[in-house]
Amino acid sequence: MSTLLESYAKVTGEDVIDHLLQLSKPLKNKKVIHVNSTKMGGGVAEILHQLVPLMEEIGIDTSWEVIEGNDDFYKCTKSFHNALQGDKVDISEALLKNYEKTNKENAERLKGVLADADIVFIHDPQPAPLFEYTANKLGKWVWRCHIDASKPYRKVWKYLRKFVAGYDASIFSLADFAQHLPHPQYLIPPSIDPLSDKNVDLEENEISSVANKFNLDRCRPIMLQVSRFDRFKDPIGVIKAYKLTKSFLPNVQLILAGGGADDDPEGEEVLNEVRAAAQSDPDIHILVLQPDEHRTINALQRIADIILQKSLKEGFGLTVTESLWKGKPVIGGDTGGIRLQVINHQTGFCVNTPEGAALRIRYLLHNKDKMNEMGLKAKEFVRENYLITRHLKEHLTLMVKLLYNNSSDRIEI
Amino acid sequence: MSPKIKPLKIKDCDLVAIATGVRAQNLKELRNNLITCHPGCVYYHFWGGLIRPRFVDPEYNNDFAAWAAHGIHDKKLAEILGVVDPTDFKDIEDLRNELIEIIENRLDESEYLTWSHSDRQFNFIRSEIVIFDTKYTVSNPEDLAELISRLSVTSIFYHFIDARRRSPKGEDDFRSWLISVNGEYKNLCDLIAQVDPYFITLTELRTQLGSLFNSYFRGGN
Repeated sequence: MSTLLESYAKVTGEDVIDHLLQLSKPLKNKKVIHVNSTKMGGGVAEILHQLVPLMEEIGIDTSWEVIEGNDDFYKCTKSFHNALQGDKVDISEALLKNYEKTNKENAERLKGVLADADIVFIHDPQPAPLFEYTANKLGKWVWRCHIDASKPYRKVWKYLRKFVAGYDASIFSLADFAQHLPHPQYLIPPSIDPLSDKNVDLEENEISSVANKFNLDRCRPIMLQVSRFDRFKDPIGVIKAYKLTKSFLPNVQLILAGGGADDDPEGEEVLNEVRAAAQSDPDIHILVLQPDEHRTINALQRIADIILQKSLKEGFGLTVTESLWKGKPVIGGDTGGIRLQVINHQTGFCVNTPEGAALRIRYLLHNKDKMNEMGLKAKEFVRENYLITRHLKEHLTLMVKLLYNNSSDRIEI
Repeated sequence: MSPKIKPLKIKDCDLVAIATGVRAQNLKELRNNLITCHPGCVYYHFWGGLIRPRFVDPEYNNDFAAWAAHGIHDKKLAEILGVVDPTDFKDIEDLRNELIEIIENRLDESEYLTWSHSDRQFNFIRSEIVIFDTKYTVSNPEDLAELISRLSVTSIFYHFIDARRRSPKGEDDFRSWLISVNGEYKNLCDLIAQVDPYFITLTELRTQLGSLFNSYFRGGN
């Protein structure tokens, strides 16, 4: 076993690594490619930064390609994202034509690697048409939808469906997100990497220096939301919850930490709305972080007493997983993947309004023992269910199934 | 120990969930979809809960009962569905028919249909099982007694629950193997047959089996 796998075994147990190695055997000499639309920022890039090296570590020839597009392309795909989450956005014919043209160009650029691959994972709608535009494909193609598509705007889904229906399989994080598609729809929640900069244990002096850098008073209660500046993450609702809490607990501080993603053109606009809502309150810390400031986020999550993820829609919510892994209870929006992770009175609370969030914040800050007890449970819950080793195991199973076994519901390795 | 006995190879497993895209928002839709759904859905919604992430003992042991309670708030139906024990039925089709019967009875006595909130619909899910080798092989029953408390819970699932689908007699792997040992362990098999795996967690099941094996061999029954 390599040193890296030994490090994972220390966190997950050796049996888990043994399963991975067994599952990887039939996949030796197979070429696997992941394709998405950004190397930096957002959950998908983060997952791929962890998953791809681990797949290589267990002996699978894996690579990661990123499609290229102009501003109009990302404007269009951001609208897709919003529409899949239920926004009734109409997208102009010109933007759709540019989306298709961009995918055709990328298919041409990547045809050498995509056509010959044994398995191609296409992440989210941005590169979805690559399947149609890649000629002479030899392998199996899987569409991975990371978005909460439980109630998509039908007009946009109808347009996108024609590009994904032909895939051999798709992956959704929750059954609620699955659609009527003519292929198997696997349910695989994403994961975090316990050895990554975002999640690895930190020394106290590193945590303190982050607190000092941002003028955070660790003697007073600190609430944190880490997320892109995106309306579906409801940063304004978090500020409302903070203000409601502040009237009862004047000492409380709020950190809203986030950055942009290369494929998200709306971030700046939402950031301005957040700054306006904060009204220069010195206890609201709005931190715009670079996409590679993983250790800073790690430290902030360890500094915070309570972590919020008050999303209105959420594909999964990796920031929730990260926070639970640090032993912090989470107050999350009662939606999507947050429901899988935030179990009322066990790992935190699901809420529907800023008022609900404020109530639970007050409850936890007045019950420190309960907060610690929930934190311990939260960490074990993630260890059992949401680490990258489980995620990889399910990907490997899917690959073995697609390559070797198309009919039986029983796969013996 | 007779050298003719075939060793028991200990395996491990995992369930991979597959959404069918089929949903129910009221009881009639649940009934109609139950009639036509893949048999794997019935299996998954009864047994998958043992392997899925969960915290405490669930209020209801199958997903149909849980949805009746929390999706359409029909506590009476939830109680009736909740008590259905899948080990009482010879196969999945028998179990499916029982569920349909219960739901139709409830539809007959209901004056109107209750609808679930749109984001609390019942999602029909089926599963595939992936099976792994482990490093363990057991050559005599005493060794199994020693090993059982160290097996993973998913290994227990494979040998004690999934085995019932594989065995023509609906037996678990431990009994099937012990019976092959010249009838010497019939009493132990009878004790194992009394273990009901449905209303306990896999961890509790492992503990029960471990205690049963240990007391059998320590007491020399």
